[in-house]
Amino acid sequence: MGLFDRHSALIERYAAARDAGMDPLRVRLERVLSPTEAIVNGQRTLMVGTNNYLGLTFDESCVESAVDALRAEGTGTTGSRTANGSYDQHESLERELAEFYGMDHCMVFSTGFQANLGTIATLVGEGDYLIIDADSHASIYDACKMTAATVIRFRHNDAADLEKRLRRLNGTTGNKLVVVEGIYSMLGDKAPLKAICDVTKSHGAYLLVDEAHSLGVLGEHGRGMVEEAGILDQVDFVVGTFSKTLGAVGGFCVSNHPEFENLRLLTRPYMFTASLPPSIIASVRQALRTVSARPELRARLWHNVDTLYAGLEAAGFRLGSDRSPVVAVHMPDLETTTGVWKALLDAGIYVNLAGAFATPNGVSLLRCSVCAAHTREQLEHVVETLTGIAASIGLLPRPVMAAAG
Amino acid sequence: MNDGLALGQTEAFAEIVKLLQPFRKGDAEITLDTDITRDLNIDSLAVMDMIMELEDRFDVSIPLNVVAETKTVRELADAVGQLRTGA
Repeated sequence: MGLFDRHSALIERYAAARDAGMDPLRVRLERVLSPTEAIVNGQRTLMVGTNNYLGLTFDESCVESAVDALRAEGTGTTGSRTANGSYDQHESLERELAEFYGMDHCMVFSTGFQANLGTIATLVGEGDYLIIDADSHASIYDACKMTAATVIRFRHNDAADLEKRLRRLNGTTGNKLVVVEGIYSMLGDKAPLKAICDVTKSHGAYLLVDEAHSLGVLGEHGRGMVEEAGILDQVDFVVGTFSKTLGAVGGFCVSNHPEFENLRLLTRPYMFTASLPPSIIASVRQALRTVSARPELRARLWHNVDTLYAGLEAAGFRLGSDRSPVVAVHMPDLETTTGVWKALLDAGIYVNLAGAFATPNGVSLLRCSVCAAHTREQLEHVVETLTGIAASIGLLPRPVMAAAG
Repeated sequence: MNDGLALGQTEAFAEIVKLLQPFRKGDAEITLDTDITRDLNIDSLAVMDMIMELEDRFDVSIPLNVVAETKTVRELADAVGQLRTGA
């Protein structure tokens, strides 16, 4: 048996798409022009699948901070904080993130994936229980494989199903950690976090919320779903990423748990990998300041979400259930999705192609993500172009050229 | 049908057979030795949905780690039976 034989079904499906000239894994951004535009296949392309929610990747103050740090402190740290020590920048960012959330502790990781992997797998072990939402991100599922805790899934966004599962654990002695996300990355739906928190707390369990797609996006101060749901004083751990709203790369976990700092001794995805370069840390610190100082960016983002969501809805597309910066368009099957995705790209619009292995229940999606820097005209153009393509292959009941609302 | 099964397992077996009917390959009967992913037209996502139905029916939570080790109908019925009796 060959090394990759067990994956042959997926590999063959990918090969078929590639042979038809549609290769979603080889999209090359020949030149990036701005948070919303790039040159792809020699063509000026509107980017609507970047997770760059506030458009901060080209923010002058963030870029300047990174350049200054690069010149002052060099290109990289060349090792882990455990072995090589922490730069002042790492500790400053941890302090600023803790202050942002009003929490006592923060640990910064080299990616958001590692932040989930490291914290979750360390917090629970043998004899404990890890209870996760069924639609959890791959990093959470991989954390499940790294822990000796008993792992239980509950139905997506279903607080009553979580309650049943916690009740079944009544009388057990191990610690219980419930893990959910603020906004789910593929369908853009929001967790019913207040209800989930109430159920979790009433059963004496700990709650960890991954705010990867909601940091800077939700809540009056951009603190995410925990702020919107009013549970900042009850949540035990908030995990987040620097690679979306904050425009760089990296991850973090904040908490009020008095023994939180022990994680630095125990968490291997923190201890045994190089720490983030000072330029990344510097731009993230400036991006975090920008999230606080410029709430108008968040207002503009939500205005843009309304334009895209309402426009696609009016055109007759079936979308993810909640209005959020992730706007997922349901497609009938992967082959159709791939065809429409390629037609959009040929028309100069890039969105994410998402299908089996990445999406809940294997649904096929065209996943759009909205940016504060998109103009209304750009988003209306997306609605118009996608509607035209879908109508031309009979995906919509009739060719509606609806203006975005 | 219930060679060597305790009462809890027999009940679980009957329910599993019912839930797996839509995934049969041709006329092949579902037996205790049916390998759930190899002998049926079912993908891993449908397996997880089927397991959630089973959990509701018997008021148990089957841990993911147990699901990962369960290949045959017999092993799944055993897992449900054991969880019900707290064994």
